[in-house]
Amino acid sequence: MKSAVIVFPGINRERDMARALTLISGRAPAMVWHAETALPAGTDLVVIPGGFSYGDYLRCGAIAARAPIMDAVRAHAERGGLVLAICNGFQIACEAGLLPGVLMRNAQLKFICRDVFLRVERSDTAFSRGYNAGQVIRVPVAHGEGNYAADAETVARLEAEGRVLYRYVAPDGSLDPAWNHNGATNAIAGILNERRNVLGMMPHPENHVEAAMGCTDGRGLFAGLVDHVARAA
Amino acid sequence: MKARVTVTLKTGILDPQGKAIEGALKSLGVGGVASVRQGKVFDIEIAGADKSRAEAALKEASEKLLANTVIENYRIEVTG
Repeated sequence: MKSAVIVFPGINRERDMARALTLISGRAPAMVWHAETALPAGTDLVVIPGGFSYGDYLRCGAIAARAPIMDAVRAHAERGGLVLAICNGFQIACEAGLLPGVLMRNAQLKFICRDVFLRVERSDTAFSRGYNAGQVIRVPVAHGEGNYAADAETVARLEAEGRVLYRYVAPDGSLDPAWNHNGATNAIAGILNERRNVLGMMPHPENHVEAAMGCTDGRGLFAGLVDHVARAA
Repeated sequence: MKARVTVTLKTGILDPQGKAIEGALKSLGVGGVASVRQGKVFDIEIAGADKSRAEAALKEASEKLLANTVIENYRIEVTG
């Protein structure tokens, strides 16, 4: 799997992502600066990593979403190429129109940095084939604006089309407002675009991929992507 | 030419920052505050003197960057 990690000023999770991709795909990703206008030829997966692009000025992700490289990322997605957008990357993907909705300030007004539990809603996508449907995974979050919101019609459509891939749940997998730590609509942690080749999610699976991290629940997402690309080839 | 773009949250969108400010005003004892919504103001200088062209540029700026029209409204004023 050939992957490319987009690097914006103020991003700080690109190295964690590169380490996870190298570890699991066996191939180091290309690091692509935001001012570039093209992706490396043959890129299978584009990752928009987490951090604080442009210091969260204006709105989280708003300025990065208008960077030159984003036209190439959009074209990649339109060709059916895979895009994984994590945390600030999710905010950037929404601002760029790759995904619907918006990430609002956490309902409790606090920056949240802790492990959360996610339920994998389906396993038949490129971003979840490494898991079983209904499986609960433990993954860290670190964000102040992760409260997913969209108009009622968009949310209804996401649900009806099975595009909510990851949801914040209690450790036993049940929906519980106490475990929806940022107040997201329908406890949404991650969504797919219509073609299911773009995933945006607030949690950081790249930070739970090695035993030294205390948990390896995030590996399945990357292993599934590697498997998906290998089968498609 | 001077212009001002005001961006505000749409009705019904939760504004936790506005709520926190509202609570602080109430705890300060400021009388008569029913609710607070927080927004943004952009003061922009436009080159040239063509008002309709300025308004078109400001509309483009608002739609493309200044406001996220999923959750925000914007208002343009060219103040001359």
